[in-house]
Amino acid sequence: MKYTILIYETAGELGARTDQHRQPAYWGAYRAYTQALKAAGVMVGGSGLQPPSVATTVRQRDGKRQVQDGPYADTKEQLGGYYEIEVADLDTALDWAARCPAAATGAVEVRPNLVM
Amino acid sequence: MTDDARRAAELAARASYGRLLAYLARRSRDVAAAEDALGDSFVAALATWPRDGVPERPEAWLLAAARRRLLDAGRHAGVRARARPALEAVVDEAQGVASSVHGFPDERLALLFVCAHPAIDEGMRTPLMLQTVLGLDAARIAAAFLVPAATMGQRLVRVKTKIRDAGMRFEVPGPDELAPRLGSVLGAIYAAYGSGWDDVDGADTRRRGLAEEAIWLGRLVARLLADEPEALGLLALMLHCEARRAARRDAAGGYVPLSEQDVSCWARPIVDEAEGILRQASRAGRPGRFQLEAAVQSAHAMRAVSGRTDWEAIVLLYDALIRVAPTVGAEVARAAALAERGGAEPGLAALVAVPAAVVASYQPFWALRGHLLGRLRRVDEAAQAYARAIALGEDPAVRRFLEEKERVLRTG
Repeated sequence: MKYTILIYETAGELGARTDQHRQPAYWGAYRAYTQALKAAGVMVGGSGLQPPSVATTVRQRDGKRQVQDGPYADTKEQLGGYYEIEVADLDTALDWAARCPAAATGAVEVRPNLVM
Repeated sequence: MTDDARRAAELAARASYGRLLAYLARRSRDVAAAEDALGDSFVAALATWPRDGVPERPEAWLLAAARRRLLDAGRHAGVRARARPALEAVVDEAQGVASSVHGFPDERLALLFVCAHPAIDEGMRTPLMLQTVLGLDAARIAAAFLVPAATMGQRLVRVKTKIRDAGMRFEVPGPDELAPRLGSVLGAIYAAYGSGWDDVDGADTRRRGLAEEAIWLGRLVARLLADEPEALGLLALMLHCEARRAARRDAAGGYVPLSEQDVSCWARPIVDEAEGILRQASRAGRPGRFQLEAAVQSAHAMRAVSGRTDWEAIVLLYDALIRVAPTVGAEVARAAALAERGGAEPGLAALVAVPAAVVASYQPFWALRGHLLGRLRRVDEAAQAYARAIALGEDPAVRRFLEEKERVLRTG
């Protein structure tokens, strides 16, 4: 089954991406995690996302487009990226999700992909 | 046929149903579809087995009836079209297994671990277990948990959809994961026992508890995981409590607290069974929450032999319990034991140390507080605590008991 691992990061973690001192550890952890997914042959795809400060939210209402600065939901943890993996079952997907660096600081959500 | 034989036939039907459901659900990963396939034949078994006796190959009997239902074109609407071909194949495979000379495989343990999976809402683990492993209907489960039947039905549907669509694994966890996962399974069974605890006399028909069903599940897990001392500990704990069921009410239906119970009303054979199981558990040398709770009940049970209660030992057991599983229930019970050992003052000191936020709606805290303040003749404070305990009480007999204690406090 295919699952998407949604990575929710705290403002502190998102800040580490550009912080001179914390940057190496942050990117190093994600590089190692991605490598592990690839080496196990479970990685389907995924991407990191730029921070919520550059997000734009769009709604189409009564034929009119409403465009708003900022992310869809203003929560403490923000979507920072996602991985798509293919594994046998939810339990295996949860094992992988638990190893994602954000699991220790923010939160990681696991969703089975819809089969179209 | 005698009532006992009838009951045995019903239990045999439930045991076969649970084994079959586990087998079909594990292969199709679809609990709801497996239930649909087995539902009618299970109802037929519950109606005919107590009358005609349990068939020689009970699983084969149920599967033959299930197969007829799957093939009955007119009634396919109940089973979702997508699931049907896969399910038919699994039923065929199961029929082969059921008619072989070896007994039908028991995969209920894997099903129990799915029911108590951390990805399933904690409040739904017990209902799910009762429905899938024992074949109880949603209305019966709803009554025990005091929610409307339709609500319980919807919640059960939702959780089974999650099991199927999220692709949960039907497997007994490996050694690394077993202990915490088993804790969830045992906790869910104990919650079923708790649902039956407050209704010993069955007077409240809205709240027919599930104590008997919980003990049945406890026996099942203790048998399937005989090397796990905590599984044995839970069974010993439930049996110790069950042994005192008759002593918990006086002739007028009034509540009798443990310390005032007539020990001649305790069921000796059940106490002996509990003691034997707890001894077997302790041989593993791996104590845990349920073994410690059972040991507390074992210490209370000794009163029937020695005529006294060893509060020193009970305090030590609660100390150990709080180290492995700190709960408000254990903290309050420890305070009560301290008061029995060394007087109301040390008991009250331990009680007030329990964080206020967690006891706000915990009835035993307020009942004990009233009792201890009463012993110290702090009458007004005691009355306030009793009033709070009475307001929080769900069991009418316990409420009457507390009202009487409060009355005596004011007049005494």
